[in-house]
Amino acid sequence: MSDIQRLKDIACQIRRDILRMVTMAKSGHPGGSLSSTDVVTALYFSKMKHDPKNWDRSGKGFDMFFLSCGHESPLLYSALARSGYFPVSELATFRKIGSRLQGHPATDTNLPGVFEASGSLGQGLSVAVGAALGKKISKDPNKVYCLVGDGESQEGQIWEAAQFASHHKIDNLIAFTDWNGQQIDGTTEEVIGPDHLDQRWKAFGWNVVIAEDGNSMEDIFSAIKLAEELQAIEPKPVMIMLKTVMGKGVDFMEGTCKWHGKAPKPEECEAALKQIPETLGDF
Amino acid sequence: MTKYTNTGNKDTRSGFGEGLLSIGRECEEVVALAADLKGSVKMDGFAKEFPDRFFQCGIAEANMINVAAGLSLNGKIPFVGTFAAFAAGRVYDQVRMAVAYSETNVKIAASHAGITLGEDGATHQILEDIGLMRMLPGMTVIVPCDFNQTKNATIAAAKWNGPVYLRFGRPSVPNFTPENEVFEIGKAYKLNDGKDVTVIATGHLVWEALLAAEELEKEGVTADVINLATIKPLDRETILESVKKTGCVVTAEEHFIFGGMGEMIAGLLASCNTAPLEMVAINDRFGQSGTPAELMKAYGLDAEHIAAAARRAISRK
Repeated sequence: MSDIQRLKDIACQIRRDILRMVTMAKSGHPGGSLSSTDVVTALYFSKMKHDPKNWDRSGKGFDMFFLSCGHESPLLYSALARSGYFPVSELATFRKIGSRLQGHPATDTNLPGVFEASGSLGQGLSVAVGAALGKKISKDPNKVYCLVGDGESQEGQIWEAAQFASHHKIDNLIAFTDWNGQQIDGTTEEVIGPDHLDQRWKAFGWNVVIAEDGNSMEDIFSAIKLAEELQAIEPKPVMIMLKTVMGKGVDFMEGTCKWHGKAPKPEECEAALKQIPETLGDF
Repeated sequence: MTKYTNTGNKDTRSGFGEGLLSIGRECEEVVALAADLKGSVKMDGFAKEFPDRFFQCGIAEANMINVAAGLSLNGKIPFVGTFAAFAAGRVYDQVRMAVAYSETNVKIAASHAGITLGEDGATHQILEDIGLMRMLPGMTVIVPCDFNQTKNATIAAAKWNGPVYLRFGRPSVPNFTPENEVFEIGKAYKLNDGKDVTVIATGHLVWEALLAAEELEKEGVTADVINLATIKPLDRETILESVKKTGCVVTAEEHFIFGGMGEMIAGLLASCNTAPLEMVAINDRFGQSGTPAELMKAYGLDAEHIAAAARRAISRK
């Protein structure tokens, strides 16, 4: 089995986990979680240097990942559990009282793998920039990755982080935009256009790489390779724009904002799960 | 009464600057970030001596707070410096989520607090930051009283593991605490022993409280004067022991009554003791332009007003 096929199988299982978690919790954010599943899978199961069994919050000696769009917590939790940070069975506690799997990622529950709380939008990229700066001044050669939402990029702080990272030549940071064009109130263009996100990042002094199919493992790895090549030449942060599909993998959730923050009913979840093979065993 | 000597007026922000430089020389993990106010908040000495550990953020305070949180993950001890109005008010959500909730080791150096920022006026005179910051779980809130104590508190904040909000100001105020005293976070400093009233002050109003105690002594009234340099965690024992003895309390702070130190003491007294309490603070109105001395008088925060509050408290016993 090729490595790409292995990753695609993992992504299937993570999508099933996301759907089952939000259905069981009767709340949560399936749409964006499904649209970002492929890149997070690529990072945790192939790209990143990390040690799930010996994780500590300093991230020293390892790559670090920050989920700026914290509402995609089901995706993060599934990726962490499936890569060995904590038992997969714990996914069943998502959003339940006393759980380490809070609605949005938290550090005070001591869940391994979470570096920083996120969920109030626009903040995670700044923390990732700080962590990358910390690695640079500590001479830690590892990288920092961060996932940002396209709707989230309407927050002013994203652009504060953009100018800081550019000015301070944060060249050990690769960020991704989940460019699915949807947010709670509608399409990003309807809510507050124009988007032009790729041009904005360029204008802020970042190198920009576009993945034409942000749900394709092949395109994701090509984009990361190109980002690394750019960083080898120029000391700049890189933004990878992933052209993704909201709700990817479930026909009735794709390309609509309807499932941004809504849990499917049990019968809807059943219909969705029929479209995604169970590759590693459900929790 | 115990005598305190003003060794010469100095600004508390310069105490912060000296403290930062001092702990920066001792500990290479200390880093500093500013948002285009490095001179105003006296970070320029640190920035000059340690250019590789100083990061200019531009006028973008929200990002600065979160970058500091990210740096702290790597074991750095970041001090972010800006005006208190921005450090507490403008970026409250960033402090709440990335510092307090995430339990990051970020030190917020909040300068130019209160009305004594002076001529810039109410836009910059934050009077609610003690309340905002003490409401956050896990946040340590320190309000030192003079130059020396601000310097020593800065050093202590760097050595403290966890988020700290360190509040200080712009004007030159009497400098009277020991020069190189180890600052104890969480300790209420008892400055004078009396029997008739407990005066609890914080920040540079501690000096005003001492002046008030001198004035009261002429009337045969003696006051316990407490420098509440740490607002949170609160030294309950020192306060309750004093109130048990004196039977009445005055609080004095450069802050709104709502959410301030006085209300916090009222809560403490209501839960374990009952004693008349008079608050010297600003009552539900914004500040305005003026000199620090004019504003202290106009807003009723000086020694004269503290003494009057003590007389009222005693009469209610």
